[in-house]
This record gives sequence, C-alpha cells and structure tokens, in this order.
Amino acid sequence: MKIIDASNMYYRDLNTMIDIETLNEKNITVKNVCGQRYIGRGLSSGVKIKVFGIAGNDMASYMNGAELEIFGNAQDALGNTMNSGKIVVHGNAGDTLGYAMRGGQIYVEGNVGYRVGIHMKEYKEMKPIIVVGGKAGDFLGEYMAGGAILVLGLNLDENEDIIGKFCATGMHGGVIYLRGKQDLYKFGKEAVKVELEDSDTSFLKKHIDVYAKGFDKDLTHIDVNSFSKYLAINKNPYSNMYCLY
Amino acid sequence: MLKEGEIRIPSGCAISGIIDIKGDRFSGQEIVKSIALMHERSNGLGGGFAAYGIYPQYKDLYALHIFYDNLEIKMKTEGFLSEHFDIESAGNIPTTPVPGVINKPLIWRYFVHPRTYMVKEDFIDEAEFTSRCVIRINKDYNGAYVFSSGKNMGTFKGVGYPEDIGKFFMLETYDAYMWTAHGRFPTNTPGWWGGAHPFTMLNWSVVHNGEISSYDANRRFVEMFGYNCTLQTDTEVITYLFDLLVRKHEMPIEKAIKVVVAPFWDDIDRESKEMQRELKAMRAVYSSALINGPFSIILGYEKGMIALNDRIKLRPLVVARKDSRMYVASEESAIRIICSSPDKVWSPKGGEPIIALLEEGTQK
Amino acid sequence: MNLNFNFPDFEVIRDEKKCNKCKLCVLECSNKVHSYDDKKNVLNVDNLKCVNCHRCVVICPLKALIIKKYPLEFKKSANWTPLAIKEIYKQSQTGGVLLSSMTNSNNFPIYWDKMLLNASQVTNPSIDPLREPMETKVMIGRKPKKLEFNSKGKLVTEIPPQVELNIPIMFSAMSYGAISKNTHEALARASSELGICYNTGEGGLNRDLYKYGKNTIVQVASGRFGVHKGYLNAGVAIEIKIGQGAKPGIGGHLPGKKVGEDVSSTRMIPVGSDAISPAPHHDIYSIEDLRQLIFSLKEVTDYKKPVFVKIAAVHNVPAIASGIVRAGADAIVVDGFRGGTGAAPTRVRDNVGIPIEFALATIDQRLREEGLRNQASLLVSGTIRNSADIVKAIALGADAVCIGSAALVALGCHMCQSCTTGKCNWGIATQEPELVKRLNPDIMYKRLVNLILAWNYEIQEMLGGMGINAIDSLRGNRLMLRGIDLNEKELEILGINYVGQ
Repeated sequence: MKIIDASNMYYRDLNTMIDIETLNEKNITVKNVCGQRYIGRGLSSGVKIKVFGIAGNDMASYMNGAELEIFGNAQDALGNTMNSGKIVVHGNAGDTLGYAMRGGQIYVEGNVGYRVGIHMKEYKEMKPIIVVGGKAGDFLGEYMAGGAILVLGLNLDENEDIIGKFCATGMHGGVIYLRGKQDLYKFGKEAVKVELEDSDTSFLKKHIDVYAKGFDKDLTHIDVNSFSKYLAINKNPYSNMYCLY
Repeated sequence: MLKEGEIRIPSGCAISGIIDIKGDRFSGQEIVKSIALMHERSNGLGGGFAAYGIYPQYKDLYALHIFYDNLEIKMKTEGFLSEHFDIESAGNIPTTPVPGVINKPLIWRYFVHPRTYMVKEDFIDEAEFTSRCVIRINKDYNGAYVFSSGKNMGTFKGVGYPEDIGKFFMLETYDAYMWTAHGRFPTNTPGWWGGAHPFTMLNWSVVHNGEISSYDANRRFVEMFGYNCTLQTDTEVITYLFDLLVRKHEMPIEKAIKVVVAPFWDDIDRESKEMQRELKAMRAVYSSALINGPFSIILGYEKGMIALNDRIKLRPLVVARKDSRMYVASEESAIRIICSSPDKVWSPKGGEPIIALLEEGTQK
Repeated sequence: MNLNFNFPDFEVIRDEKKCNKCKLCVLECSNKVHSYDDKKNVLNVDNLKCVNCHRCVVICPLKALIIKKYPLEFKKSANWTPLAIKEIYKQSQTGGVLLSSMTNSNNFPIYWDKMLLNASQVTNPSIDPLREPMETKVMIGRKPKKLEFNSKGKLVTEIPPQVELNIPIMFSAMSYGAISKNTHEALARASSELGICYNTGEGGLNRDLYKYGKNTIVQVASGRFGVHKGYLNAGVAIEIKIGQGAKPGIGGHLPGKKVGEDVSSTRMIPVGSDAISPAPHHDIYSIEDLRQLIFSLKEVTDYKKPVFVKIAAVHNVPAIASGIVRAGADAIVVDGFRGGTGAAPTRVRDNVGIPIEFALATIDQRLREEGLRNQASLLVSGTIRNSADIVKAIALGADAVCIGSAALVALGCHMCQSCTTGKCNWGIATQEPELVKRLNPDIMYKRLVNLILAWNYEIQEMLGGMGINAIDSLRGNRLMLRGIDLNEKELEILGINYVGQ
C-alpha cells in the first residue's frame, strides 16, 4: 500500500501523483487532505483509495469503477457525473452529492447537503445508488431520472427532519426511500408516495446491511417496513405544458 | 476599460470569517491562511479583509481609510475632511512590498471626529453625518475613495490574491476580535483597488460570494433613501440594505435578515395567524429589499457577524464552532486549515442565518 | 341624387363547391351580412355590412367562407389613403363624430418590442421554474414608509389593507353594459380560480356576481352608476376612474338601447335611458378634491378597502401620479394610449395620450426621486399582449398589469373593433340576449384560466432565466432590460441601456 501525504499540496500535483502511483499500486492512502479538488476523478476499476481529511469539491467526478473511502467530511459535488464505482464517506457530505450520477454507489455515514442526487439517472444495467445515514437538505432527488436514494435518518435530534423541502421536485424516474413518514408539502408535485413491495424490502435490507457493515453499526432495530417509498408520477411530467406555436 | 461604478462587473468569490465571541483579539495570520486555502476561488483580481477591534486607542473616532490616485486629489479631499471633521491623527497605512501586488494607490488613514456644530446644524446624528460625507467624497471627489469608515475597525483591500493583500498590509501586526476575508473572481476589472471587497459603510462590512440577480431592484430601492450606489457592486448594495434596515429603520437584525431572505409565501401560509400578519407585512413593505439569486455573505458590524446564504442555497457556506471561536467559510477545508478539530461543523440551510455576536458585556 | 359614397371594407367569399347551404351563417350573423334567397336557392352577402368578426368563418361547418380586404383600389397616394378618404365620406354623409372601439389603430411604435430581456450565464445560475420555487405573488396597496417593532421584536405597525394577487395580472375595468353579463361572469370565475381580481368597470355589480367579491375590484367613475354602500364594500378594493388610455379626457356614453332590465337594475337607472358618464368627476376639479373622494370612499368602507386611482397616460403623467400618491391613493392604475375601449371618438383614440411604456418609466422614476414609490402600488395597462410585455412592464417598475383586450380575445373577440354597434357576434360586447348566450361562462372562464396560467408559466421561465425566484426582485430591475432600435432620448426616459452596453 502506498501512502501519500497531501499536506500543502496543490491539487494538480496531488492528482498527478495519484495517477502515477496507480500505475503500479492499486491500494493508495492519501493523508492530510484539506480541500484539494478532483481526487479520484475518472479513476477506473481496480483502484482503491483511502482519503483522510476534508475531501475537496468534485471528488470522484467521472469516476469509472474505482473505490474511494473517505475518513472525514466531503465537500460539495462528490461523485459528480460518476459512471461506476463505490464511495464510502465516514462523515458528512456537502451539496449536489452525486449530481448526474449514472452508476455506482455512494454511502454517507452522516448528513448530506442540498440537491443530493440531482439528476441521477439510470441506463441499461447501470443504476446509481446513494445511501445517507443521517438527513438530507432541500431538493433531494431533484430532477431525478433513475437509480435509488435511501435516507436512514439515524441520530437525528427531535427537531430535525430527515429531508428538507422540495424533495423529488421534477422527479421523472428512479425511487426514493425515506425512513418514517414525511409531510407531503415537502415534496414536489411530480412525486407520489406508493406502498412498499417485497422487492423494496429486500433492496432496503441489502443496502442497510452494507451501510451497517461499512460503518460498523448495529442497525438490526431498523424495520424496513417503516420506510416510505416515492416514485415519479410519470416519465414525462411536462408533456401537457406546451402548445405548438 | 471602465471601472467598478462605471459598469457592473460580475464576480465569483471565496469568503471566510472568524470571531471570538468573548472578544479576545488575535492577529490576522489565521484569516489569511484560511482565505489562501481557497486560492482557486479567486483569480488575483481582488482580495480584502475587515478587522474589528483593531484600533482600541482610537475607539471613539471614525477611522477613514482612503485610496488616492494622486497627491492633487489627496490635497483636495483633505480640504473637505478638515472642513467637516476634527482630524485627530493622519498618516499612511503601513504596507510592505509583495510580488503580485502592483499599481498601488496612495493609501491613507485618518482618525476623525465629525464637527459637532455641523452635525447639529443638519439635525442628524454623527453616524449619518459621517456616512453622508463618505458618500459625498466617493461620488464627487474623482480619484479619492473612502474604503473604510467605521469605529475601531478597518478594511484592508486591493487588487491581487487575498493572501498577497494580507501580506501587503501586514495583517499579522493587527489584533482583532473578528476578521472577515474575501478572495475575488471578477470576470474582468481594470484593476481598481476600490473595486475589491469587503465593502464597508460605517461599521458595516460585507464580504460576499455570488452575483445577485435582484441588484437593480435593490439599488433603486436603497437609492430612494439617500444612498448612492457608486460602485454598482452587490456588496455595496447589500451593505446599504442592512444600514437602511437596521440603522435607519431601527429594525431588529433578525427581522432585517427575514427581509433580505424572506420566507417563501408557502412557508408563511403554514405559520400562525400572528406570524403570518408580521411576515406578510414585511414582505409587502420591503419586497424590494429581498436579495435574490445566488449568494453567501458575511456581514460584519461592531456586535459580531452574521453569515447568510440565499433562500435556495445556491452558494456554499460552512460553519464551525470551537470554544469561543466561530468560523464561517465557503469551504470546510478553509476552516479546518486553521482549526483542525472543531467542536461542531455544519452547513446552514438556505436562508438560515448564522448569528455570531459578542457575548453581552464583552464588546470591545 | 344623394349618393352614398361608402364602400365595403371587406369582401366575403363563399366557396360554392364547399357550401351545402346549411344557412348557419345567416343565423349567426347579427350584422345581417348573409341572407338566403329561397326562390333562387342562393346565399347572398352584403359586404357593406361585414365588420370582419370572423363569426361566420369560424362557425361554418364546411369552412366554405373566407373574408378578404375589399379589393377596391384608389389612385396611389401616401397622403390620401383609402381610409382617409373613407372617413371624409362618412362624416360628410352623416355630420357625425367618428366613433371607434378597441385600440389605437395608428402605426405608433410599440416599445415593448424594442426592449430585450436578460438571462443568466455562468456568473449566476438560471433557476428552473418547473422544479424550484418561483414566486409571483404581489401585494397591491399602500405601504408605510417603514415597519416598527417593539422591544420584544414584535411588529407594532398596522399596514393598510392590501390586495393579494397570486399572479401579477388583473382583468381591466370593463363595465356591465359595455360587455355582457356572461363575460363578467367568466372574468369573475376565472379570477376566483386564479387568485387574482377582475374589475367591474363603472356599470355597477350585478347581484349574481357579489359572491365573487374576494376577487372583485369595484369601480367608481364620474357617472356613479350602481354605486352604493353595499357595492363599495362588495369587493377587495375600489377604483376611482379618472380616465382611460383610449380616450383621455373623454367621458362615456352607453346608449339607452343597451340598457335593458338587468343593466338598468345594476346601474340603477331607468330602462332605455342613456347612461352618460361626464368627462370629469364633478366633485374633482383639482388634486385636493381627489383626496376628498378617496377618503369619502375610505370612510364608507371603514378603511378596509384600498382605493386605486386610474388615469390615462398623458403628457404630464409623472407629476399627476405623484399627486395621486400624495392624495392618499393606495395604488395608481395607468392606462396607455393603446388601451382598449367599448367606444371612443376615433380622433381621440388615435391621437391623444402617450405610450404606457414611457408613462410607466417616468412615473416609477419620479416617485422614486420623491421617495414615494414604495408607498403606493403601480399598475399598468394599455396593450399588454403577452407575458413578455408583462415581464418588461414589471422590470420597468410596475407592480402588476391589467389586461382587458387580451382577456376578451381569450373569450373569442376577433378584434373587429365594432363594439359600439352592440351586435357582437361573440356575445362579449352586446346586451342582446340571443348574442349574450353564445358566450357560455361555464366553458369560457376556463379559457381565461388557461391563458393566465400559461402566461404565468412563461413569466416564471423568464424570471428563472434571469436567476430570480420572486417577482419582487424583478420590479424596477431595469438592468434586466436593454433597448434596441431606440434613440438616446428614448433610452434615457426608459432608464435602460442599449443592447451591447
């Protein structure tokens, strides 16, 4: 395993160094990261990187199969336009997590910011998944076109809500699972709450299990039947909006 | 090329702020380190700082920091100053040469007291008198620009990366209980120092990230109340909005915040009847004071700082607390670089203010 | 021999191959253009009677009719156009004042079309209105200079009554008498569904429509038709009509033949009697008299209703508007010279007043210079044709707009500009029961709802493009406008930059 000390390193130098190291070594640890951008951008499968510190913006953008584990918080736009791979964040993540994500999985131990999973989409066998342990900010799953978002709502204070407002606004594909029941005014008009089916509960079990193992937590108390499921009302929500000139 | 004020120049930016709510003072080293980390968010065309509590020996006097293009306008402006103020002390602001900081203007500092008889003659208070004089110089004395006019506080800014501007002004030699900083990414600028941020008026200072889309609605609103937006910048108009609401209209600061980032009508509808009445009145009367478009700002004044972003959070803002210190910045890393293990770190919601004020009785 | 020199404006052409002589055109045309000769089994047309309202064209099941401009040529002259000649024929024949309807027909510039809007690129994000919140609600009414809070931070200022509009659009004042009851009902029901307001005009409020009071603005004009305490308290606001853009300085005249039973009881005048509105209010000969009327209306409504004052856009309109605010009006409604009318002297309609764009820009600026702009709301009308006009009006400084003609077009008006005849084939500008019932309010109000919602989507799209998510931030935001094909003086008055600046 190769260890890189990122202290005071400019992001370009750091990312170049990672590129060079991955030619020989598939397991890399980057220490003392503090805001450097684009770590893991475009990395292909086979590579595993552990990052210690505060991951900078656009981490894992266009990532293509690599595995990233972050010990610390991630800033904005983690997993931007990610194609495939796996990201585990032992901390919180910022806004626009998983923007336009097309495949792969992101597990965040704590909370996430605004516009998480915005415009996630699926294509053929590629189905992106975001699992959030805590709560999410406003506009969760905005424009969502595919994949799945799962929010567990763990360790919330009494006055904290699992989601913000404008959840699933513009949703036209994919699925959102939220633990517990939510006020419907917090959702966009394009989403609808539906009953859980057997396939949902097994999906939930599977990913809660991955989360519990990944973050070393006992989540056996979570009842998968307590989740609410939200889908897009239809794939073409705006077809009646226009008239031909 | 037209400078700020002659044309409106959009900018992106980085912001950072630190306050010790017990009022303990600390040097400018940390804030410079914090803003320097976000180097990528600036483009070398502007950087600046506001520092509160730096002039305890002159705490009852207005500290005017002025850029002059040449000696001639300096003489002329000083004529105006001595006519309207008693000047307790005057001198240039100490600087040190830094590569990358070029074309510096003459940078002067005056500690002044408004001439009492003139203040009385106009039936206004000293603050209003001073603010009118500042507006007048900035409008009518071409080549002179007052870029700081508060008491026991000062702004230091210029064209360059913020870390270079910090070195240039030797901020490590100043002690403040609160610092805010700005790294600017203007789309274009002729390199006029007055165009850098923070923008200040009396004790208010604003650093800001984003470009507000309500600018002209806000500008034309504040100009009804005697302000003159000479710079055409967002920070200028935001500063005037707060000055108008809090100083002139004597609105509690929390209400002023609810004016500039008004709750949505849908949210108001879910409030109690009494609250609805209040919020509707605020939105109705001050609808032109709503700040719209993407922004995160740190507003500084003598009591502390308020960090705020727009209603739908289009710009980033992170807050951290460690003992008596509060930190805010555009990126978490900019806080961690100077405070590696805060007690708490979080991102406020869109429109949710972070109010970090000096504890009662600690105001310096 | 007294020759009638008049010639038709239009020619009705029937495609005999398509026509199956169903005679619907004969039944439908109130102007009696079409007739059937049963001896010869032919359909005839009298082109002279055709006003080009398109009723027969639309109604013809086989689409066998078209209407064209009458192909009569005069010797070429830029001076003596066929229209100019025709006007002289008409006046020399009758000795009458030329009377027209609807809008100024002269070719004056439309300044809305000389302004272009801004949009965000990179330096701030545009906002997607379909998915993100986009607020178009406005509060119309007088605002105090500032709000005061007590030491506990509670609001102590009581603000004057406001009219809440979900969308910054109202339906302009059009009186019962000038338009039909069914039209009024469609306007009222649409307003109620949309959360906006319609305006009774000066002809009183029909008893069947009191239930739409929350969405009604009642008008008081110089004739004071149907004005009584119950009426004044029936709506959410009262509008004093001083003038109208199509005929500034001119009163109104509803001929007795339009005053049937129902109009009579609504206007509270005898059946068959002319309803004449004097040119001025005879209790307002000066600005301080306006204050007296404003406050008499406030007194009788317990200060619960905002009082609007509607004026025509005339040369000195900024000063007049300033006086109106100082007189205590809660809102000013300004109607530009392209505004519509049921009837106006043609010369007045086409030659008096100024464009609403300039009136708006100068009033907004003047009120700001005087520190009054925030105290009263500013509404504009006078040819608002689409949502872009609205966005431009608000960016220039309006709080909201009023639409009259556009609403009538949504209800079927084909702009034949013949309202004065009272024979509107679309059931809009008529009191003839057979014609009135052609406009079914149950169906037609939805067209108004559709129109306003579609415009609102478009407004939201344009706002979002500018990076604005509340209409509040558009009001007076003239940086969002650039002028094109305008001279320096025009730009200066509009307070906008030229494109590229």
